[in-house]
Amino acid sequence: MTTATTIEPSTVNVQAAIDRFQAVIGSHIASYLEACIHCGQCSQACHFHEATQDPKYTPTLKLVPMTRVYRRHKAPLAGVKKLFGLVPPELTADDLIEWKELIFDSCTMCGRCTEVCPMGIDIASIVGLSRQAMTAAGVGPSDLWEAAENSRTRGSPLGLTPELLADRLEWLADDNEVEIPLDRDKAEVLITVSSIEMMKYPDSIVAMAKILNAAGVDWTISSKGYEATNFGVLSGKPDIAKIMVTRLTTAAEEVGAKTLVIPECGHAYGAMRWSGANILGRPLPFEVVHITEMVAKLIRDGKLKLKSTAESMTYHDPCQISRRGGATAAARDILGAFATDFREMTPTANHNWCCGGGGGVQAMGSAAELRHKVFQVKIDQVEATGAEHLVSSCANCRLTMDESRQALGWTREIKSLVEVLADQLED
Amino acid sequence: MTFLQLVEGPLWYLAVVVFVVGVVWHLVGLVRLGRSVDRSVARASGTAGALKAIALHSVPHGGNLGRTIYHFVTGYAFHIGLFVLVLFAAPHVKFIHDRILGFGWTAMPRWGFLIAAEAAFAGLILMWVRRLTDPVMRRLSDADDHFGVWLIFLVMLTGCLALQEAHDGLKALHMLFVDILLIYFPFGRLMHAFTFVFSRAYTGATYGRRGVTP
Repeated sequence: MTTATTIEPSTVNVQAAIDRFQAVIGSHIASYLEACIHCGQCSQACHFHEATQDPKYTPTLKLVPMTRVYRRHKAPLAGVKKLFGLVPPELTADDLIEWKELIFDSCTMCGRCTEVCPMGIDIASIVGLSRQAMTAAGVGPSDLWEAAENSRTRGSPLGLTPELLADRLEWLADDNEVEIPLDRDKAEVLITVSSIEMMKYPDSIVAMAKILNAAGVDWTISSKGYEATNFGVLSGKPDIAKIMVTRLTTAAEEVGAKTLVIPECGHAYGAMRWSGANILGRPLPFEVVHITEMVAKLIRDGKLKLKSTAESMTYHDPCQISRRGGATAAARDILGAFATDFREMTPTANHNWCCGGGGGVQAMGSAAELRHKVFQVKIDQVEATGAEHLVSSCANCRLTMDESRQALGWTREIKSLVEVLADQLED
Repeated sequence: MTFLQLVEGPLWYLAVVVFVVGVVWHLVGLVRLGRSVDRSVARASGTAGALKAIALHSVPHGGNLGRTIYHFVTGYAFHIGLFVLVLFAAPHVKFIHDRILGFGWTAMPRWGFLIAAEAAFAGLILMWVRRLTDPVMRRLSDADDHFGVWLIFLVMLTGCLALQEAHDGLKALHMLFVDILLIYFPFGRLMHAFTFVFSRAYTGATYGRRGVTP
């Protein structure tokens, strides 16, 4: 197995990893580790395996470090087995270094493997927890950690500080003649942003503002809690994960928001909608919705008037919004309201293939070559639809696809769903 | 005490105790590891999700038939064949009546035994061949995977050889492997016979709350 050669085994804190592995293993994780029968069916669901046909990318292999710690230290009857020498050897620094590529670079935590697993093992959640153990040991991608530390110290992985946020919003508002409220005292809806959008795709912020204003939504962005991405979750740094959730929660509570809206970002939705309260340790006193869910509701409530278009479109489901988020129908409700020639990919919705850059893989330089390679799976899917436009609702997917299409020489442009929708607003 | 008396007597009782206590200990230990409360607001029922996942993961779903169909056919052939043999082979029905429950049921005819045995052997052997030849399965497999297969194979093989009960030695050999299987069971991957319910249910409940059946 190829590994990062820059990590010196003597610098690895193996005990920290063992302690963290043990701390995160609850009954659900233990049942996963116990139930795997090594059938390998998960390999066919993984884009990394399918693109390379390399058995090392079989998803269940990512369970190995945690399973070894579990079987040696925590499993029921481990003591009896130890007497007969039937427990696996202790984890080593070399093991952790060897598994770095599998736990970080080659898993987008898309959850596709769980669908095909006869035991229903949630491998993505184990990878997320394994990242915490690897990070505690000092084994992981430095660029992902840097993005997480940027979130802690500067408010955002891409350095979008509160001051820069205010500057950019003012510039976008002036340039596009659209009102973008920042730091209103009170609002029904708190809109959050992804720094990928703000720094690379600002048109989607403008589009979101146009849609919300057209529907008459009482909304604001807050400089106290604006960054929706949570690189603490992705990088295995639970302290940073909690800081990010706390910032958003505090901001929403201060403006009295009934609804907190996650922008076009997949993992941000999962981190706040499904993990936010658990990370924070208390229920959230507001509703968390993805922007597609909010817009779909505005359309259902008759608050948006749209022009139809006959241009053919296909939709890429961000894994954390559809398969692992459950908001699969929202994008289809939106597209169904104005696109008369919407074409589903095969497979689609909860079974869709990942873009290759989820789970923080997009931010890992060491993973770039591999994720470009797996993007061919997506190209084939899109081409098979024959649709003119590829639309998605995740800026991270968009950035991943933009980089990979350039690397592979694929000329198709990836569009944001809110941008496409804003273009269809009736004047 | 003859060898047959040993494996049908003290060793059998020891094996049953180890099996029952080991499995219960294992499962209770698993549950006692606990799980923190999910504080997110559910979109749908977690219980319904758990039940759906237990059922749905018993059959191929959501595409990805390429690898699954082989495991589906061989896996069901083996498991159904094995359960039919254990519960309805004439010597087993008699053993259950005389030694375990005090009552029995109608045993299956010889042709039924032959079909069940062929299905179980074919399924088990084909699964093991796949483990040896498929690059993915070879990469994943460990000693426990092979030991479990061989133990079951020897139990089934000696069971067939002892079918006529013409030779006490063959029957004793079969019982010896049954005893070893029962003793090994709680400590190895054979425990998947129980843990699969937990695994599917936990995932089903987690994603069921999100309105997804994975």
